[in-house]
Amino acid sequence: MTSVTGTADPLVRAQLLREQSARADRRATAGRVTRQVVVFGLFMVAIAAVYISYKAFGAAFDHEQHTWRIIGSYLPRSDDLNMPPIPDIFGALTDPLPGESGSMAGTLFGEALFTLRETVAGFVVGVVLGLTLAIALARSSFLERGLTPYIVASQTIPLIAIAPLVVIWGRKNIDFFPWEWKDWMSVSIIATYLTFFPVAINGLRGLKSPRPENLELMESYAAGWTPTLWRLRFPASLPYLFAAFKLAATASVIGAIVGEISAGVGGGLGRRILSEALRYSTGPGRLYASVAFAALLGIGVFLVITAVEQLVLRSQGRKAIT
Amino acid sequence: MSAVEIRNVSKIFNRGRANEVHAIDDVDLAIESGEFVTLIGPSGCGKSTLLRLVASLLSPSEGAITVAGKSAEQARLDQDYGMAFQRAGLFEWRTVAKNIELPLELMGWNRADRRRRSAEMLELVKLPEFGDHHPAELSGGMQQRIAIARSLAFNPSLLLMDEPFGALDEMTREHMQTELLRIWEETATTVVFVTHSIPEAVILSNRVVVMSPRPGKISEIIPIDLGERSDDTREDPEFFKGVTRVREALRAVEGL
Repeated sequence: MTSVTGTADPLVRAQLLREQSARADRRATAGRVTRQVVVFGLFMVAIAAVYISYKAFGAAFDHEQHTWRIIGSYLPRSDDLNMPPIPDIFGALTDPLPGESGSMAGTLFGEALFTLRETVAGFVVGVVLGLTLAIALARSSFLERGLTPYIVASQTIPLIAIAPLVVIWGRKNIDFFPWEWKDWMSVSIIATYLTFFPVAINGLRGLKSPRPENLELMESYAAGWTPTLWRLRFPASLPYLFAAFKLAATASVIGAIVGEISAGVGGGLGRRILSEALRYSTGPGRLYASVAFAALLGIGVFLVITAVEQLVLRSQGRKAIT
Repeated sequence: MSAVEIRNVSKIFNRGRANEVHAIDDVDLAIESGEFVTLIGPSGCGKSTLLRLVASLLSPSEGAITVAGKSAEQARLDQDYGMAFQRAGLFEWRTVAKNIELPLELMGWNRADRRRRSAEMLELVKLPEFGDHHPAELSGGMQQRIAIARSLAFNPSLLLMDEPFGALDEMTREHMQTELLRIWEETATTVVFVTHSIPEAVILSNRVVVMSPRPGKISEIIPIDLGERSDDTREDPEFFKGVTRVREALRAVEGL
């Protein structure tokens, strides 16, 4: 291989440096993914180890009068009802649910898809709404000063309080769409309530991120607000937007699950978690398995957004922020 | 016809308020077509403000500016000038060629014409192989050359430059000055150039406009005649004479 420092011609040197850095980038990506998978595996093992140790420690001193009976006296109890053994959790996944056929994992998978539909709809609507707001606020400082406090205040209302209201409105009042309004759409609206916020706030920051000389350059071209938005402000905001999308996607999962639970909408993971909590004593492993599926759904949507971010930003020769 | 005519122009920021600043006071200047004019002066003398008034990025509080025989505003709308700043200010998400094509896109050129033009401009600034690179892969001097290519892409008759080499190291800076002179001669563009550097002003200009601060005024206009410039010009006695004259004018301005 030619040594970069040994080459005099700056053109050749830059080309070599560029190829080297592209190769290093690809190696670094492959290395990073492998490392992350390994770290994730080790992390799961560590959590399992803590879980098992806690149970073992609790069991060792589980006598009413034992001096060392901390777990059970001061800390949560570690018996099989409160903390089902890990094999029981995996066992719950392979067993069918009471009164149903097929494994619980299959049922959970279907319910995860149901919640995913609410999540995706809530995310998409939230992104559209958040971007629209961000553009409006970037366009008009009057709107920015006037609306921003209310946008921030909107997030202080507990989601769990408005969720049942949204479902009731949906059932009674939403009839101006050409399609039939379903309960899951109300849950998506609840998710939207969480997703539009980071997109609006980060999007506004991104749209206002171009340097003054870049704005002056566009002005010197007599480019109006709209061409400046498309050619400068919007591309400049992409790293900010992707950071917001990652927050919004995970918030959308939370919104969908909380929405299902607090509004009593059936068919998804939220409702499953609620039912398994209600009959917890007959199968504690089932609740743990349901919660694990919800966590996986959250991690999954986060990873999808991260992958898209990498693809888009790398094609533009830039790096992600955060 | 003058390329730029500045008549009795004053600029007052925040007029009538507590933070009122009298940036430019009663400036008169005519720049001939094809001329290279440098604005030099201490910080706060209004040289960048004057450049932005010509660019119609600011509007004068009093007086009038004509560019290519029309109002500065109309000249901006008609794209009669190109502009380069201290920071190259390339769009990091666009390739080098796409950066040069930005003004052409805004003017509605078709893709084939844009490609051809950006290739020509890359030849002009001697970076023909870098069209598909992203700006982050280029050195500061290369980025500034691309910014100059961008400002000249649509063949403006006037080039406005605001300390474009201010952030470069001395060697790169001298190299860029030589390149700019070559481009100026090849394209016959009128150049208005703002700088802090005395040797830079002298080597580049036909006339050096020395400005004084608070409020910004023209205190002296020094003609420079170095004939055909080459790398040896920097060691020419005439060059040093020019440097001395500009330095003395600047000292007078600062009251030293």
